[in-house]
Amino acid sequence: MGAAVFFGCAGIAFGPALALVLLTVAAEPLRVIILVAGAFFWLVSLLLASLVWFVSVRLSDREDARLQFGLLVFGAAVSVLLQELFRFAYFKLLKKADEGLAMISEDGRSPISLRQMAYVSGLSFGIISGVFSVINILADSMGPGVVGIHGDSPYYFLTSAFLTMALVFLHTFWGVIFFDACEKRRYWCLGLVVASHLVTSGLTFLNPWYEASLVPIYIIVVCMGAWAFFTAGGSIHNVLKCLSCKGARGRERTRGDTRVPRLSPVGF
Amino acid sequence: MITFTNNSDSEEEPCNERTSLMSAESPPVPSYQDGLQAPEAGEAQTHRKRRTGSGRSPSSAANGSTSGSSLPVRESALENEEEELTLKYGAKHVIMLFVPVTLCMIVVVATIKSVRFYTEKNGQLIYTPFSEDTPSVGQRLLNSVLNTIVMISVIVVMTVFLVLLYKYRCYKFIHGWLILSSLMLLFLFTYIYLGEVLKTYNVAMDYPTLILIIWNFGAVGMICIHWKGPLQLQQAYLIMISALMALVFIKYLPEWSAWVILGAISIYDLMAVLCPKGPLRMLVETAQERNEPIFPALIYSSAMMWTVGMAKPDAAARGPSQQMWDTAEDGRVNHRSPLHSNSEILETRTPGTSHPVTSLEELEEEERGVKLGLGDFIFYSVLVGKAAATASGDWNTTLACFVAILIGLCLTLLLLAVFKKALPALPISITFGLVFYFSTDNLGPLEIM
Repeated sequence: MGAAVFFGCAGIAFGPALALVLLTVAAEPLRVIILVAGAFFWLVSLLLASLVWFVSVRLSDREDARLQFGLLVFGAAVSVLLQELFRFAYFKLLKKADEGLAMISEDGRSPISLRQMAYVSGLSFGIISGVFSVINILADSMGPGVVGIHGDSPYYFLTSAFLTMALVFLHTFWGVIFFDACEKRRYWCLGLVVASHLVTSGLTFLNPWYEASLVPIYIIVVCMGAWAFFTAGGSIHNVLKCLSCKGARGRERTRGDTRVPRLSPVGF
Repeated sequence: MITFTNNSDSEEEPCNERTSLMSAESPPVPSYQDGLQAPEAGEAQTHRKRRTGSGRSPSSAANGSTSGSSLPVRESALENEEEELTLKYGAKHVIMLFVPVTLCMIVVVATIKSVRFYTEKNGQLIYTPFSEDTPSVGQRLLNSVLNTIVMISVIVVMTVFLVLLYKYRCYKFIHGWLILSSLMLLFLFTYIYLGEVLKTYNVAMDYPTLILIIWNFGAVGMICIHWKGPLQLQQAYLIMISALMALVFIKYLPEWSAWVILGAISIYDLMAVLCPKGPLRMLVETAQERNEPIFPALIYSSAMMWTVGMAKPDAAARGPSQQMWDTAEDGRVNHRSPLHSNSEILETRTPGTSHPVTSLEELEEEERGVKLGLGDFIFYSVLVGKAAATASGDWNTTLACFVAILIGLCLTLLLLAVFKKALPALPISITFGLVFYFSTDNLGPLEIM
């Protein structure tokens, strides 16, 4: 227990997110701003959803357990719908910002493309959503205690970490697909994204039965990942080319490549 | 310099660029209001060259130079570039401020979560005389409002006093005051902080070692902050003293009073900076008329500070169009109360000195820096620290407040880029922070997807 579980679970939950942020977002100020603003939008959606749930709980009969469970499911559904709504709102904002940046810049193109913004905004939703789900659990995992001593699953920390990782990936993929769908006005894609989000959220209600919740969620992650990859312009051909290019470029270099290097020593 | 030459070669009229650059460098001393327009045209040119020098986007710079060949086109090109520069620099400046604000908050939250001392109640400051230990809610609320009134009036009085001292040129008094308060922070509060940290981790340290460490830390801090030092060391010291000050506030301000004070000080900041007769605004204008930088000890600067200190006739003639700014007032510190409140303004500063044409020894990387007053750091950290100390939702609330403050800062910088004058940095961030704190704390954890 203690530090090992903390670092392990933190690594599982946020390792990919941290790597993605460090490699793709941290170097560009504009992307960092989009990341933080996305987190803000998600927080506002969570705030509104909490408000709705809170009011509904206050107005209801506290004693009725089934009703409370029903309200919880309802609260989760409202939360999902509001998150998607705010994702749409963020899309609108970023689109306007994109046009503004394009107008202002000298060559008429904005410094960041809408696809990059889609990716960063999806990542931001994923990170903040993952953080909000797991950070208190991680904090508790450092201290003394026994997991599941009252009969709950002893794998709680581990599964929460895996769930968080899935969530980060899912939000990233949903972001890419969603923005592309809004851009191309393919509303069935939007509907599918919202539906898959609802399904994922619903699956978590199966929770101590982790085989039934985590496995389908990971299947959804893989499917969404492939969909997002193809939406972003990738293809199997690209993947093969990328894998074989490394070989080709290596061989060319050893043969004494005479191509002009990209960065000229003068004037950059 | 290589890039500068290249660009001159590639355009039709290299002489025009250079001559216009030179002439743009010595505009007359502007007053606050109309100073915004004249030097900016010049700055756009200098910035263009500077941007080329720093190698950010050579293609756009080249385009800019070729398009600048005819005068009317140059005007609109300048304006467009000005805006683009603002936006491009804008994103970079936002990050230049996100990092220190985040670091300060991390230090404060880490200390609050680990060192028990700063969450224990041990008396109150004399600036918050009313106690909150009353049984009834109404009485408690009343006491916190009264505490706020006392605190804000002290701050107002101190600010006005400072403005008067500045107006009547009592520089020695002001410098003495600032030196005394930073001495207190760097030595006494650091000693207390170090003592508490050592107690928490049960590490023994003998007095000679302690004296050596504190002496070195404090002495280097005084030198870096008040005189010259490496920029990053100065920034680090400023972050540390802001964190220390915030910790003291978190410890000594009673619960409800702290929140009401946070709200009230944002309103005060708004008024002091934007109202025509506000003390901070008057301070800014006075400083501008005299072409002096103000109190570098109380402002966090993200750009090269030393260039301001260098005596350059051009710099004196130019007069920065946007002021750097801040104010602070500090009071005498008792061992239980630090008083150091600053109201802050955020501003963009022009890269004070003349550029590359006349002095080749200038840095190529002279970028426009952004300045943020230390009081902003302090109050942001107080908000996040209090959220970490007392929230029931714990880390969720802390993180929500953190994101809210960063977004507020981002929006403030956006407004700064739009309005181009000194702006208060507290209101938007503190408002968002308070809203998120109270809602995340009270609406319960909805940790469902």
